[in-house]
Amino acid sequence: MKTDDLMSMLANGTPAVDPNAVQRRYVTALGWGAFGALLLMVFWLGVRRDLGEAILLPMFWVKLAFPAVLLAGALLAAQRLSRPGVRVGRVRVVLAAPVLAMWLLAAIVLLGAAPAARDELVFGISWNVCPIYIATLSVPAFIAALWAMRGLAPTRPALAGAAGGLLSGALGALVYALHCPEMAAPFLGIWYLLGMLIPAVCGGLLGPRLLRW
Amino acid sequence: MSAIEDRLRELLLRGLAGEASAYHTFLKELSAHLRAFLRRRLTRLPDEVEDLLQETLLAIHNQRHTYDAGQPLTAWVHAIARYKLVDLLRRRAGRDALNDPLDDELAVFAHSDSEAADARRDLGKLLDRLPDGQRLPIVHMKLEGLSVVEVAKLTGMSESAVKVGVHRGLKALAAMIRDDA
Repeated sequence: MKTDDLMSMLANGTPAVDPNAVQRRYVTALGWGAFGALLLMVFWLGVRRDLGEAILLPMFWVKLAFPAVLLAGALLAAQRLSRPGVRVGRVRVVLAAPVLAMWLLAAIVLLGAAPAARDELVFGISWNVCPIYIATLSVPAFIAALWAMRGLAPTRPALAGAAGGLLSGALGALVYALHCPEMAAPFLGIWYLLGMLIPAVCGGLLGPRLLRW
Repeated sequence: MSAIEDRLRELLLRGLAGEASAYHTFLKELSAHLRAFLRRRLTRLPDEVEDLLQETLLAIHNQRHTYDAGQPLTAWVHAIARYKLVDLLRRRAGRDALNDPLDDELAVFAHSDSEAADARRDLGKLLDRLPDGQRLPIVHMKLEGLSVVEVAKLTGMSESAVKVGVHRGLKALAAMIRDDA
């Protein structure tokens, strides 16, 4: 087939393209990912029993805001990385800010605590299961995010995969926060972050293999 | 050069809105620039230029929904051409065939070359290898120019299956080139 024939073929009977196709794909992915994570959390782990009282505490909202801001940042990064020739740019700041803020808060809490109480602030009662649970809850969103990217055009597949993984990890952490009773900043800054980074690393490793186009 | 950028961008946007003739003009004018761009980067692999051009055009078509109207067209086209170029060189395991740095994105529209060489790979033959559900919609709609309704009647497929068939078929074609070459 000659190049001229190819171009005629491509142009022939081509329908209009949805200008919001990229956003639409991510909305769909997030929807299914959140649905899957909530279902898993409710039927496997259960909503924390004192949720009604917890929502009155400012720290509960800080705990939700931490993954929520990361989710927003990862979503922006993933969308940009799905379009050829668009730079990631300042999204890095949106990703770094919540982590640094949580670490700062953790440092303040630890410095103000009695030495004997610090262990509990760092390890809580569930440090050994928290990252695994977050990573597990992120699985539906992980699959959905990679599906979304496979229909788009990431030119930096490892970075794109990592952004998609972080997106799913942050969603997993957000949903997990409705189950988990831990409220200490040091705990969140370590174990929640680790839980979100597991799918991010998986995405970075799988990206070059799964996101070719 | 920004005059070219403005003109091509406008043609593409009209094409994305469904104006096939504007889209065809976009592809024709873009292909001359892309050919010159690829030819200067593949001076040691001149036989690959036309094949890579076809592969890049197919990629641009398949990924046209990722173009953001607020983004410079040069950057988008360059990123796609570069991705396909690096992919080709990686397949050939010969990054040394590259004699220019790839980062000069402004240069995509700097030259124009409308003299088509012969492609070595025949997309028509690859097309024949697609399953009927994808091949028939492409042949009837994209090559013979029938409408969705006519193709649906002719093949007994539903209209949405015809549209999906074209879309998937062109993606499958790109995947065949990628995995095969």
